[in-house]
Amino acid sequence: MGIKQTFTSAILFTGLALNLATPQSVIAQDQTTANQDWSKIETKAQGQTVYWNAWGGSELINEYIAWVGKRVWDDNKITLKHVKVTDTADVVSRVLAEKTAGKDAEGSVDLVWINGENFASMKKNGLLFGPFSENLPNYPLVDIENKATTTMDFTIPVDGLEAPWGMAKFNFIYDSARVDQTPNSSAELLTWAKNNSGRFTYPSPPDYLGSTFLKQVLVESVDDHKILRQAVTDEAEFKKTTAALWDYLDQLHPALWRDGKQFPVSSSAQQQLLDDGEVDIHLSFNPGAASSLIKSGELAPSVRTFVFDKGTIGNTHFIAIPYNSSSKEAAMIVANFLMSPEAQARKQDPEYWGDDTVLSIAKLSAEDQKIFSAIELGVATLPPQDLGPTLLEPHPSWMERIEKEWLTRYGQ
Amino acid sequence: MADTVRTINSTISKQIRYHQAMKNHFGSILSVLFSLHTVPVLTLMVFLLPVLAGLTSTVLPAFGYLPVIGQISINTNAWGQLFAHPALPSALITSLSSGILATILSLIVSLSFVAAWQGTASFRKARRILAPILAIPHSALAIGLAFLIAPSGWIVRVFSPWATGWERPPDIAIIHDEWGISLVLGLMIKETPYLLLMILAALDQSQAKQRLKLAKTLGYHPIAAWVKGILPVIYKQIRLPIYAVLAFSLSVVDIALILGPTTPPTLSILVLRWFNDPDLNYRTIAAAGALLQLFVVICVIVTWWITEKAISRLSKRWLINGRRTFLEQPVRQVSKFSLNSIFLLFFGSLLVILLWSFTRRWRYPDFLPSVWSIQSWDRNIHNLLWSSSSTLIIGLISSFVAVVLVVVCLENEKRRGKTAGSGALWLVYLPLMIPQVSFLFGVQILTIKAGIDASWLAIIWSHLLFVLPYVFLSLTDPYRQHDDRYIKVALSMGISPARAFWRIRLPMLLRPLLFAFSIGFAVSVAQYLPTLFVGGGRFSTLTTEAVNLSASGNRRIIAVYALLQALLPLLCFIAALTLPNIVFRNRRALKEH
Repeated sequence: MGIKQTFTSAILFTGLALNLATPQSVIAQDQTTANQDWSKIETKAQGQTVYWNAWGGSELINEYIAWVGKRVWDDNKITLKHVKVTDTADVVSRVLAEKTAGKDAEGSVDLVWINGENFASMKKNGLLFGPFSENLPNYPLVDIENKATTTMDFTIPVDGLEAPWGMAKFNFIYDSARVDQTPNSSAELLTWAKNNSGRFTYPSPPDYLGSTFLKQVLVESVDDHKILRQAVTDEAEFKKTTAALWDYLDQLHPALWRDGKQFPVSSSAQQQLLDDGEVDIHLSFNPGAASSLIKSGELAPSVRTFVFDKGTIGNTHFIAIPYNSSSKEAAMIVANFLMSPEAQARKQDPEYWGDDTVLSIAKLSAEDQKIFSAIELGVATLPPQDLGPTLLEPHPSWMERIEKEWLTRYGQ
Repeated sequence: MADTVRTINSTISKQIRYHQAMKNHFGSILSVLFSLHTVPVLTLMVFLLPVLAGLTSTVLPAFGYLPVIGQISINTNAWGQLFAHPALPSALITSLSSGILATILSLIVSLSFVAAWQGTASFRKARRILAPILAIPHSALAIGLAFLIAPSGWIVRVFSPWATGWERPPDIAIIHDEWGISLVLGLMIKETPYLLLMILAALDQSQAKQRLKLAKTLGYHPIAAWVKGILPVIYKQIRLPIYAVLAFSLSVVDIALILGPTTPPTLSILVLRWFNDPDLNYRTIAAAGALLQLFVVICVIVTWWITEKAISRLSKRWLINGRRTFLEQPVRQVSKFSLNSIFLLFFGSLLVILLWSFTRRWRYPDFLPSVWSIQSWDRNIHNLLWSSSSTLIIGLISSFVAVVLVVVCLENEKRRGKTAGSGALWLVYLPLMIPQVSFLFGVQILTIKAGIDASWLAIIWSHLLFVLPYVFLSLTDPYRQHDDRYIKVALSMGISPARAFWRIRLPMLLRPLLFAFSIGFAVSVAQYLPTLFVGGGRFSTLTTEAVNLSASGNRRIIAVYALLQALLPLLCFIAALTLPNIVFRNRRALKEH
């Protein structure tokens, strides 16, 4: 009896533990939808409407999404509607509200542009459909070997719950008319800032570019990167690992714009500061952004980009399907189309967007390879070989702790 | 004395109504009364439900109950985390200081301007500018203002580099300043005109002209006459609008994002940030923060109310001390200067937005754009038409429904001869006092449960939550003050109450009705979060598009949307102002004076 009881509770305990680790109770039910024959998915997808919730802050990207809508309508008779959002967290919030209200089908979101913390949150709370991405016909073209972030999203395993869409790499945009010698590391950036007082700043965390800047400094200042791949375990370790970061910031801040007492509220605010001539260096996550912005007249033609020799932080952005979407088949078709060489090549072209592909060029047909090599990257875009190595994102818990600590130190 | 007359009047009116009812149309009148009776209850139901849902969805998580993320115990952890948050103390202080300061300054400017300039030509000129200012959405105005006063902004460009020697913008904090001064300025530009309008409406109904004349014949100078003879009478009528302004300033989000301090921001923005945090555990802190904000708003209003009482008591002797002057010259000069500055900043902001919408390149220190272009209009024309039409549909319907509901409530109140139920109607103001973001999560769940999420019905309903309080606010006083003797005369001539209402009351109140409608429309146009939450993201209005694109920081696009956002309410206001003059072209007493 006693043994039996222990046994039962052990099972219960294991069950609970598993549950805590992956409370993805929905996954199992929906495997049938994801594992169907692709032709069956295509048939079912016809006539479905996909509400794609994606950041709507860029005219270029909005136009690209409209083009995708036209293409999937021509090919598959799928109606794609772009639901423009300012903050992906709003979408997480909406799906959460639907789950709270017990609306487990016919949800309002069919597709969401996502990565990082929002993905971690949706995955943890069982708000995602899948795994599906690895079953998509175009998935084998993805460069999972060299682009590690296509399978690990901010150190969180993707597990087929989101399909890679584009590559982001941290870089700096600067006005070449005002900066002669670009810094080559965080340390050199500090020296540059000291020599050019008031000409550099970064958006205050939790703005993602501001946070990424902190991560960049952190990763450069830590020797053993293994620590950063794991969750923060204890206070002493955190203090020890981040001491160099705080020391760096303490030195940097007095030399910043507004003496480091005020920070731009967002990355777009800093972009405006660059154009207004209030600062000379701006941050970006898209190596093609500067060229696109010159084209649209938002930045001066003298603007260029630079990266650090030893590498900068990089990640991947994805698209995912919420667990309660009613157009999962059509959503998968759209996700697959977005990974197609055609869609990826257009996305890489700064004329249309200028976002780096997730595909491995080597895996493409000769014809498709030609399309990619014909793309003109634009005056301010560095060629892929000059972008430097990609440094991996630390575990999200590091960022959370650093943002809090930043707030305590500099936020008041 | 006045109360006695009112009681007698109401008794008479009740008797008349009773006889009417007994005489003819017994059934139909009863049914009218019955339906009038039910509408206030209905209005409250329409509101209580989401208000309660919203509140519950804020209160429960604040005490640790949020089952979707696996928190089901009741505890005060969230409060502990909230109060331990490093940014909280200064956020609270800037929220309080900027909100209270903006309200006090707006009130002083508007009161002193009316006191000093009532009846003059500059007064009539100022009056005409008020409506357009109210029509412009806050965010649009704030964006224009930010560009106007920033270190690289238009004002600096006028003088640079030839006069200032600044080849590059000076490194000084003007917008987002840590004291919240630019935030106060931004708030004042919107709130002063609003309070001015409310004061004007109150004046129209309190025989101000006669009082002023009387005081002046007694030898009082204009300002002393106004402050001693009129202010004590009208204050009661502008009290609610003042509280609304206070609540708004303390919880404002859009202006604070564009102009307010950043490290740390104001409390409302902290709460918004927590709500938007991808880590859903922040929800509980956000909920506690939202409750704290509600508590702060209530405390400030109560303190204001106590101060009001104290001032009225302390000033009793001063009011009757017989001194005929009160700071006459300084008040005249300062009030005119401040109001003119506000107008100047307003038109400057508007002009600068207009310029940006036709700009391709415009760098410091150029006074005008170096490359012009219509690309921002051209590329967005399809979206603009699409989102304008849904903005129009939602705005017109929700403000129409709001006006109807408010009129029925007030008419019911009139006929029953008491302001009963208005105690409960206070709840209508709740949506203005709770941070929208905390409140809307509950509303969202409610619409999903009712199966009406992402429908026109739900979205109009959610707009109604914010439109109705403002319509109520602007219509209550004119309606309550409407002279009942007109109706009584009509009733005594054997006309049914319904007919008297349609033929006499409504036409006489056409002006305030249309005005309230325009206010409601402007409020609806400016709604962002309700459209987003309850609309399931499937409705794009000018404001949702504008907010989305403002994330890009591209002033050209923001300008295009801001202008259109301003244009629709402006047209509505113009219609509201001119329509009565056309309708009443043969009614001299009802024409604008």
